[in-house]
Amino acid sequence: MSKRFSVVGHSLPKIDAWAKVTGETKYADDLVLPRMAYGKLLRSPHPHARILRIDTTRAAALPGVYAVITGKDLPRVKFGILPVSQDEEALCTDKVRMVGDAVAAVAAVDEETAERATELIDVEYAPLPALMSIEDALQHPDVRIHEYGDGPNVHKAVSLQFGDVDAAFATSDLVREDVFFFEGNTHLPLEQHAAVAQWGADGKLTLWSSTQTPHYVHRLLGKILDMPQAHIRVIAAPVGGGFGGKLDPFAHEIAACKLSQVTGRPVKIALTREEVFYVHRGRHPVLMWVKTGFRKDGAITGMHFRTWLDGGAYGSYGVASTFYTGALQTVTYKIPVYKFEGARVFTNKPPCGPKRGHGTPQPRFAMECQLDKAAEQLGLDPADMRRQNLAEPFTKTANHLTVTTIGLGECIDRVVEASGWRRKWKALPRGKGIGIACSSYLTGAGTAIYWNDMPHSGVVVRADRSGGVSVLCGATDIGQGSDSVLAYLVAEVLGIEPKDIRVHVADTDLTPVDLGSYSSRVTLMAGNAAIQAAERLRAKIFDAVAHKLEVEPSSLVARDRRVFVADDEDKGVSFQDAVVLGESRHGVLAFPGSYAPPKRAGKYKGGGVGPSPCYSYSACVVEVDVDEQTGEVKPTEVWIAHDVGRALNPLLVEGQVEGSVYMGLGEVLMEEQAFRKGVHKIPSMLEYKSPTTLETPEIHTILVETDDPDGPFGAKEAGQGPLLPVIPAVANAVWSAVGVRVDEIPITPDKVLKGLELRRLGKAARVGPERLPLFTFPAPRPVESAFGQPAEDIAVRPFAS
Amino acid sequence: MRLALTVNGEARELITPVHKTLLEVLREDLFLTGTKHGCELGECGTCTVLVDGEPVLSCLALPAECQGRRIETVEGMAEGGRLHPLQQAFAELGAAQCGYCTPGILLTAKALLAERAVPTREEVRQALAGNLCRCTGYTKILDAVELAALRMRGGSVGAGPRPEGAPS
Repeated sequence: MSKRFSVVGHSLPKIDAWAKVTGETKYADDLVLPRMAYGKLLRSPHPHARILRIDTTRAAALPGVYAVITGKDLPRVKFGILPVSQDEEALCTDKVRMVGDAVAAVAAVDEETAERATELIDVEYAPLPALMSIEDALQHPDVRIHEYGDGPNVHKAVSLQFGDVDAAFATSDLVREDVFFFEGNTHLPLEQHAAVAQWGADGKLTLWSSTQTPHYVHRLLGKILDMPQAHIRVIAAPVGGGFGGKLDPFAHEIAACKLSQVTGRPVKIALTREEVFYVHRGRHPVLMWVKTGFRKDGAITGMHFRTWLDGGAYGSYGVASTFYTGALQTVTYKIPVYKFEGARVFTNKPPCGPKRGHGTPQPRFAMECQLDKAAEQLGLDPADMRRQNLAEPFTKTANHLTVTTIGLGECIDRVVEASGWRRKWKALPRGKGIGIACSSYLTGAGTAIYWNDMPHSGVVVRADRSGGVSVLCGATDIGQGSDSVLAYLVAEVLGIEPKDIRVHVADTDLTPVDLGSYSSRVTLMAGNAAIQAAERLRAKIFDAVAHKLEVEPSSLVARDRRVFVADDEDKGVSFQDAVVLGESRHGVLAFPGSYAPPKRAGKYKGGGVGPSPCYSYSACVVEVDVDEQTGEVKPTEVWIAHDVGRALNPLLVEGQVEGSVYMGLGEVLMEEQAFRKGVHKIPSMLEYKSPTTLETPEIHTILVETDDPDGPFGAKEAGQGPLLPVIPAVANAVWSAVGVRVDEIPITPDKVLKGLELRRLGKAARVGPERLPLFTFPAPRPVESAFGQPAEDIAVRPFAS
Repeated sequence: MRLALTVNGEARELITPVHKTLLEVLREDLFLTGTKHGCELGECGTCTVLVDGEPVLSCLALPAECQGRRIETVEGMAEGGRLHPLQQAFAELGAAQCGYCTPGILLTAKALLAERAVPTREEVRQALAGNLCRCTGYTKILDAVELAALRMRGGSVGAGPRPEGAPS
C-alpha cells in the first residue's frame, strides 16, 4: 500500500484486539456493581390489546423483590428516535401493539426472583384485531394501531418527482414493470442488549448500555425521565454486535433507570435472546413496483419506483427508512428522470428500523434484478450494460444528490476479471449459475436526525509531558474498529505509533458529541474531526520545536516518534521532548476538532435523506449451485470489489467487506423475521437460520481506491455498502443456473422448486408477489431533475501532503 | 450446593444454587466474564468452554458434572502473560471484530488443534460450525486458525497474510 504514510494504508491489528482475544473487554452485561439489583420486564403476550388493569400487589409481596413499576410510575410522555414519530412508551399504559411490548418492570435480589415476580403481575387485556401484513393494515382502516400518521395505519406516505418519467418512457425502446418483495430479517447480534443504571444519591443518573448511539439515548432520556440532560451521563460499553439493532432508546434502559431511582441501587437489565427478537428494529419487509425505461444499448431513460414498507408497531427510524427505499437508486447509474412513491404502514409486529444498509438493500435487490431482466431482453451482457451506464463523478443526480468519486467502473472490471465472468457467463452447465450486481451507499448521513447547526462529530486530542496522547470522542466501537481508526489517524498526523495513543470513547460526560455508529459515518466524520484536532496539536508542538531549533515551523515533520527538520533529519527532538517544549511554551495541550458534513440537502421536502459527503461503490459476482431436486441454492464462490476511497487499514476494510457479504448471503437465502397468527414464528437462534462456517463460501475481496476529497486521507465507507450487491447477484445467479426468477427474498428452496415446476408446465418461471395493494399516494410536487449538473461544495482536502 | 471445580488450573470451592448452569457459575460466582452468553439454549456456541479438553456449551452444562474435571475458559489460554498462538493470530488478522463470539471460537479451535495439528480448511469449517459469528463472515477466523496451526508446529508464516505492527 502507500509508502507516503507511516500508519494509514497499513494492515495493523486493532488497538483493542488484545483485550478481545483474552476476554478482557467488558461488555454491558459484564458490569457488576456493589448492591446491584437485577431487573426484568413483563411483556405482552398479545399482538394488539387494550390494557384494562395491571395489579402488581402479588409481585411486590414476593421476598427478594425491591420494586415493581408500571407506565404510571414514569412521566406520561411518548418518545421516539425521530422527532416526527413520538409514539413509544417504555412501559405501555393503555394499549399494547405487539407481542413483546413491555408493560411492567421488576427489580429484585437476583434474576430468578425478578422473573418469578413478573409472573405474579396480573394484567387484564381486552384483545383487539391484529394486523399482520401491509395488506391487512390497509384493508382494515377501522382498526387503528396508532392515531397519527398519513392515513389509517399509514405511518408515512411520500411522493417525489424529478422530471417527467412518463415522457421518458414514451421514447424508450424497452419499458419494464416488475414487482418484488423483500421479507424482513433481523440483526441477530451475538450480544443481547444489556443496561446498568445507577441513580446516585446526588440525583444524577449514569447509564451503561450496549448502545450504538449514546448521544441519542442521552438526549431522549432527558425527555423520557423528565430531568435535565445535564444530570444524565450515558456510557456506551463496547458493543457485541450492532448492525443497527442498538440505535433506539429501549424499554429496558429506561426501566433500569427508573428502578434504580426507586430502589436506590444500581440496576441491571439484560435481555434474553427471545426478547432481542421482539426489540428488533430490523430490516423492513418491502413490497416494490419498479417501472424503468431503457434504450437499445441498455441506457436507462427514466425510473419510477414505488415501495410499501411493513413498519411494525412503532415509528422508530421508519420515516427515514421510507425515504431511503427511494433515495440511492440514482447514484449508481445514469438516471435522467426519476419518480419515487413510498408508504410505510403500521402492523402489530416488532418495529422495523435500520439494519445494515438501512432501507436500501430492498430496492437495490429489485433494481439490479430488473436490470438483469432488461439485459436479457436487449441481448446485452449484464456486466457490460452496467459498466456502460455508470453515473458521472462530481455531478448531481436527478434527485439532487451530489456524487463525488466513483470507482464502480474499476470495481466491475476487477470482479469480471477475477471471477472469469467472460468464460462463464452463459457457458456454465445447467444447475450452475453466475450473477452480477452493483451498488452504492452513503458515507455518513448528511443530516442529523434532529435539525441543528452543531458538529456531527467532535474529537479532543491531548498530549502531556509523559509523551502520552489521548483521543476523546463520542463515537462507539461496535466491532468495526472505529477506536482503532481514531488512533491510526492521530498517529499518522503526529508521527507516532497507534500503541502510543489511548482512545477514550462514548461517554457523554467526558467525550465530545458524536452522533453514533450508524449510516457508515464514523470513519469519515470522527476521522476528519480527529485529523483537525491532531493538526492543531501538531501546530503548537511544531511552533515550540521551531522556536527551540531556530527554524521555521513549516520546515518540520513528525515521523518515527520524532519531530525534525525535513531536509536535515538529525536536527530534531524526540516526540516526548517536543511535547515538553509545546507544553512549556503554550500551556496545556488539548485541542478540539469538529466535523459537520457539507450542506448539500436538496431543496425539497425529504431532501435531507440521501445526501452524504461521498458514496462508496461495490460490484459483486456470485457463483451458485442449484439443486433441482431439493431447490437448495448453494453459493460456491463470491468475488467482490469495493471502492473504499482509501483503505485506512486494508485488513479492517476486508473484514467489513467479508462480514457484509456473509450477512447478504444470510439475507438472500435463509434469514426471515416471520410470524404466524400474531406470534413470532422463530424467536430463537436455532429456528432463525443464519449462515455458519459451512454455508459461507470463500469470499475474494478486492479493494479499489479513489481518494475521495471529502474523506479522511480519501477514505469512504466499508461497513454497509458491500452487503447490497450480494443479494441481487445471488438472485441473478439462480436465474442463470436454472432459468427461474425468484423475485422475493429470501430465496428459499420451496420458491425455487415452485419456479422449476412452473417451468415444467411451460409457464413463466417467475416466483414473487402477484398483486399490489390498492393505495393512492399523495400527488407529488414536481421538482426539476438535477441530473448531470456539476457538483458544488467539494472539500479541498487539508491533508493532501 | 457445595462445588469443587478446577478452573484454568486453579482449585475453586464455592456454594451456589443447584439450578445454576456452568456458564452462570463461571460468570457470576467466579467472575470469569470472558465467557459470554448468546442464547442460553445451546444454539450459538458463544459460551463454549473446554472440559477435559473437549468443547462444551457451558449454558447447558451443570457444574456438578464438571467436578473433578479440568475446566478451561478464555482467561486460561494465555500462559504467564504470553498469549496462546490462536489469540495472537486472531488479534493480528482481525479475526475478532465485536469480539463477543471470540472466546468460544478460540476454545473450540484450541480443541481442534489439539486433535489435528494440521487441519484442512474444511476441517476448520467443520469444527467451528457450531459457533456463530455475525461480524466477520468467518474468513479471517479460518485464516487465523490456519496461521496459529502453522506457527504451533514451528512453520514459517509463508505466503499467508502478514500484518505489520503486531507486538513482538
